[in-house]
Parts: sequence; C-alpha cells; structure tokens
Amino acid sequence: MSQSNASSVDYNFDVVRQFTVMTVIWGIFGTLVGVLIAAQLIWPALNFETPWLTYSRLRPLHTNAVIFAFGTSALFATSYYVVQRTCKTTLFGGKLASFTFWGWQLVIVLAAITLPMGYTSSKEYAELEWPIDILIAVVWISYAIVFFGTLVKRKTSHIYVANWFFGGFILTVAVLHIGNSMVIPVSMMKSYSIYSGAIDAMMQWWYGHNAVGFLLTAGFLGIMYYFVPKQAERPVYSYRLSIVHFWALVSLYIWAGPHHLHYTALPDWAQSVGMVMSIVLFLPSWGGMINGIMTLSGAWHKLRHDPILRFLIVSLSFYGMSTFEGPMMAIKSVNALSHYTDWTIGHVHSGALGWVAMVSIGAMYHLIPVLFNQGRMYSIKLINVHFWLHTTGIVLYIVAMWISGVMQGLMWRAVNTDGTLTYSFVESLTASYPFYFIRFVGGVLVVAGFLLMAYNMFKTIYAKDDSLKPVAIG
Amino acid sequence: MSSFWNIWVWVLTLGTLVGCFTLLRYCLKNFAGVPEGESMGHTFDGIEELNNPLPQWWSTFFLLTIIWAFGYLALYGLGNWTGFIGWKSSNQGILSLAESKAQVIAAKENGYLVQYDREIEAADIKYGPIFDGYAARTIEDLATDKEALKVGQRLYLQNCSQCHGSNASGTTGFPNLTDKDWLYGGDPQSIKHSLLYGRNANGMIAWGAALGGDQGVKEVTAYVLSLSGREVDVASAAAGKEKFALCASCHGADGKGSLAMGIPLGAPNLTDNIWLYGGSQRAVESSIKNGRAGVMPAWKDILGEQKIHLVSAYVYSLSQK
Repeated sequence: MSQSNASSVDYNFDVVRQFTVMTVIWGIFGTLVGVLIAAQLIWPALNFETPWLTYSRLRPLHTNAVIFAFGTSALFATSYYVVQRTCKTTLFGGKLASFTFWGWQLVIVLAAITLPMGYTSSKEYAELEWPIDILIAVVWISYAIVFFGTLVKRKTSHIYVANWFFGGFILTVAVLHIGNSMVIPVSMMKSYSIYSGAIDAMMQWWYGHNAVGFLLTAGFLGIMYYFVPKQAERPVYSYRLSIVHFWALVSLYIWAGPHHLHYTALPDWAQSVGMVMSIVLFLPSWGGMINGIMTLSGAWHKLRHDPILRFLIVSLSFYGMSTFEGPMMAIKSVNALSHYTDWTIGHVHSGALGWVAMVSIGAMYHLIPVLFNQGRMYSIKLINVHFWLHTTGIVLYIVAMWISGVMQGLMWRAVNTDGTLTYSFVESLTASYPFYFIRFVGGVLVVAGFLLMAYNMFKTIYAKDDSLKPVAIG
Repeated sequence: MSSFWNIWVWVLTLGTLVGCFTLLRYCLKNFAGVPEGESMGHTFDGIEELNNPLPQWWSTFFLLTIIWAFGYLALYGLGNWTGFIGWKSSNQGILSLAESKAQVIAAKENGYLVQYDREIEAADIKYGPIFDGYAARTIEDLATDKEALKVGQRLYLQNCSQCHGSNASGTTGFPNLTDKDWLYGGDPQSIKHSLLYGRNANGMIAWGAALGGDQGVKEVTAYVLSLSGREVDVASAAAGKEKFALCASCHGADGKGSLAMGIPLGAPNLTDNIWLYGGSQRAVESSIKNGRAGVMPAWKDILGEQKIHLVSAYVYSLSQK
C-alpha cells in the first residue's frame, strides 16, 4: 500500500478527510434522488402532488448532486491528496483550502434548497441562480490558487501526469462556468442569459459537454493516473502516450459541444466541426484507458483478490466503452436516431456510474485507511459485495436504456405505407415502462452499494488507530 | 459571418487538427532520452513511468481519424465555405410552403445538396400518388372509406391529439369534436376551413367593467346558467336578462349562439349545457368577467391542403356516428 511516503512532510490531510467523507455522503444522497425520480417515471403518484417533489425540480437536483456534490467532492479530495504527495509539499494558501471545503458544501446546500423551490436558470447542469454562481466562481478560483500554488512550491523536478489533468480541469471549468453563467439579474433569484437564441444554445452546450469533458473526464483521469499505479504497485505504462493523449484530449474536447445541437438552428458548419472533433477525440480518449489498463501488465493476478483494483480497472473498461459510444453518437446520422431518446441517458450513466463513480469509489477505498491511520478498510469482503452490487446495477441500467432508447428512436421514425407516422408519442412511452422498471432496480442496487460503503467507511474511521492490519494480497 | 470570423474559424479548426497531427508525430519518436521500455527515471510518491512506445494500432487509427477529419470538412464545408458537395441540413428562414418551394428551386439552381429537401422529395415521390388519389374525392366520400379514415386518424393523432385528446373528446378550452355542438360549423367545408386557416375567437372580451363590476357579472351568470335549465336565484337572473342585451349580438337573443344565426363567429350556444371553459358558476363568471380568447392555429402551411383534406374527413366522420 502507501508506506512509501516521506512522512517528514507535514501534509494537510484535514481537508482531504472532510472531502472524502462528504464524497460518500453525497454519493448516497445523489443516487437516492436519482432512484426517486426513476420511480416517479413509473409511478407518477410518487410526487405526492407536492411542487418541490415533482420530477421537474428533482431531476436537476439529482444531476447537480451527483456531478457537483459527489463527483466534485471526490475531485477535491483526490486532487488535494495527490498534489501534496506527488509534489512532496503541503497545500499552498493555508486556510484557503478549508474555505474551499466549507464554501463548496455551502454551494451544495444552497442548490439542495433552491432547486426544489423551483429557482432555476433553466440551463442544464448550470441551473443554479446568479448569487450561487458567484459563490461557485469564488470557491473555484480559491481552489485554483491552492492547487496551482502547491504545484509552484513543489519539491520535485517534474509535474506528475495526474496533476496535468487536475490542473487542466480546474482551469477549464473556471472558464466554462464563468462564460456560460453570464447573466443580467432582474432580482435576487431571477436572471436572464446575456446570450440569445442559437448562440445561447451553443454557449450552453460548450459548457455542458465540457462539464463532461473536463470535470467528469480529465479530472477523473487525474484520479486514475495516481490511484491505478498506486493500487497495482506498477509503473505507468507509457510516459509518451500520456503526453500525446493529454494534449490531444484537452484541445479536442473543447470543440465537441455542437454535437448536442445536430439538426437545429445552429449553422451547419458548426455542427460539422462538433461532429468531426468528437470523432477525432475517440483515440486520445482511449489513450488514457490504454495507459491505465496496461499499467497492470505483470500484475493481472491482483485483480483476483483486490476488489479495490477491480473497481479501478472496471471503471476504465466503462470509460473505454462510453468514450467509444460518445463519438459514434456524435455522428449526425446516428444522432438522428439516438437524440432525445433514453439512449443518451444510458450513455451518460455508463460514463457516470461506470467510469466516474467506480474510479472515485476505488480511490476512496484506497484513501480512507491512509487518511484515518489504518492498514486497510474495515471489511474487504464488503468492498467486494459493493463491487458486484454496483456493477450489476450499472449493467441493468445501461442495457435497459439502450433497449428503450433504440426502441424509442425506431418507433418515432417508423412510417406506414401511406407515409404517416406509425406511432404516437404516448405509444413509445407505454412501450418504455418495462425498461424504466429495470433501470429503477439497477438504481436501487447502486444506492445499496453506497450504503454499504458508508457503513464500511465509518467502521474504518471509528476503529482504533492501526487496529486494522493490512492483509497480504495475491 | 464576417471574413474576420470566417478566418478565425478556419485557423482554429485546422490549427487544432494540424496540432494533433504534429503532436502525434513528435511522440512517435523517442525524445525521452532513455531507451524504449525503460523507466523515465523519476518517481512521484513511489510511482514510476515507463518510456513505452505508442501502441501502433492506436497511433495508426488516430492518424486515420485526423485524415478523415480533413476529408469530411472538405466535402461538407467550414465557416462561410459550403464545401465540395454543397451540403446543407435544411433551408433557412422559411415561414410558408410557398417560401419553402422557392428555396428548394433556388438550392437546385445553386447546386446545393439540401438533406431535408432530398428527404421530402423522396417522400413525395413515394407517397404523393396516395394523397393525390384522396384529394380528388369529396370529404363525405372519404368519411366512409375505412382506409382513408385510418390515414386521417394517424395524422390527427400526430398533430391534433395534443389539444383535442386521443379520442377527440376535447378538454377545457379545446372543443370536443365528437358531438354535434359546433362553434364554426360541422359540415365538411367548415371543418376544412377551420383546419386550413385556423380560428381566432377574439370576440369574447372582458365584460366585467361594461356590466358594472362583480354584481353585474353575477347577474348575467345567473341568467346564462338558467338558459340551460340550471337552478338559479330568480331575481338575479331577471336582472341579468336585462344586461344580456349586450351579449345577444353574438350569442343571439335566445342565447343559442352565432351559428344558430347563420354566422360563424364562434360564439357558443349557451343553452345546451356544453361548456368549453367549464360550466361551474365560477368558471362562467370568469369567462364573462375576464373574457376568453381561444385560438385554433392555421395548419395550411404545416400539413398542406392534401393532408388537411384527410384530417377533415376523419374529424367529420367522428360526429356522423
């Protein structure tokens, strides 16, 4: 495990511990809201005729909770940990790191209050109103100061590849958030975008797709580049591959937004550029997967006994799958079938539950014992149970959404011999119900896994220092 | 797009692709200073990095996608340049079928390949004769033809059911199409006219002030409700009857609606206990006090006359059972 540290450095692990615990808590919260709205799609009465429990208000709560509460807390925890360990120095900025924790938690709590109350800018993944947006910007710039300040005062000659990805994601998310959130406020909780029409849509998806590209891909590749070699105890496969795939990934991803707006009022050339860049992006995306999986060369047997490594490696398989699926869906003619269907929802969740959540969970299981002075997690067996619950849940989820998505796409375009459409919209909805139910079951399994994780985490935290001895693996 | 932004788009797009190509070529060479397959020599918290070459299948595939990208943009265009095949997803700024037709002709003259036009053209060739056949027959005739009604029903479900309901029985604000109570006439030509050009029921203005406030509204409501045999306060209704003179010009002196007077104004019959906006005392009061402005959109430029002909037959058939 990680005894190889130079313990002479006085690392700031307090903020890492705080973010780590909150990652697990927000993971439960975010997925639980997801399961509730999945159930509402089958049993609409579950909104209890209460405005703040309706699907329309809880759906943005779910997406914000999993992306910005769960996912981003995991990024804060791991980036603060990794940047200190790989730069052999403590965090820059003193109390500023602590401010980013409390500031970010405040953002999440404000989101959890204002979204159910119905306050929204109506921009997907950017629903929060302008006062909260300003708070996000302040916290994020503080984050950048802490992170880059730490890089500047590093005690190592080079900057480790994980930090390129963390740095790239922090910088770009700042630009994206500030760019897309430019509004004219009309009251404390209401504002209008300064962009209009197709330009507003383009700004939104430039932001929206790069929330996926930089936050959910580049950031989590940073996690991968530290925790996979660390957990496998193997060297990173190829330094040169990491260079070419890092620079190609960040320069191509920023162009991919227009593929969300195929066959709309967006100019045709912009749609073409979005599609072309998405396809060229395919191989650079896979560079990260190859580098991660090939790092296991000579250590494959460890997968048999180490469920943490299994989380990390399976996450890379889902990463590879969804970064292949994404460019395919960005092709105009494929998009004509897939857009507006559940296929998109399935794609997002194979990325979010498969890649983002699994790599985070693996990293958390690695981190928790280190942060709380233990040799291992309280129960390795429960990690294994969590792995199978989570994996089964994802497979049920995405397979159900693939089937219902393709089915919807085909039903919507089916025509009779006279050229009229064969199905009305509501018929495609009725046909989707069985798959909504399978998705709901998958979601329940994921939540159950998170609950086990929380139990395992608190048992580890409250165990006597060093009472949990590492077990020899493989 | 001005030529500044056009150049901007070209430079950034091609620059990104050329940059990726250059980066790939650079990383294919061993610039790291250590033999391939060996450690780079620096460790980070115990993590080493190997100097393995890029997998060949990966770099070849990456190179192919970059070459393909140039090819695609050459065919489909970039910025102000429309590319070698002159592809467009659709014509823009169209507000009517006539404008659409004009742009289709213009696109053909300029050698553009408009995907939407192509699809419409293919559909017209395939399905046009079917609709031509139906267009030559009368609506009454089609209303007895099971196959024609099926086509009409499908068009109805796709385009009309959102407001009038899947079974055409309507809902508050959207008329029931299956009964014999018509606002603008239930004969085939009137129905077709409603579909083609839409209907704008803007005559029911807010009468609250003209009736002398809430008291007057209450009295007229009582009278209106009494017309369909509802139990009301007799004194109120009597007072309301005086004021009903204001309403009679559209709804008729007997309240049987504009159609009974032979004018398609859309003023409903108030004596049949069928209520477009609700028949509760409160709903009727609200209609009188605040007015109503129902709109049936014009479908001429959305569906075209041939399809409307078939929808008309379907709607007409609903009240003939």
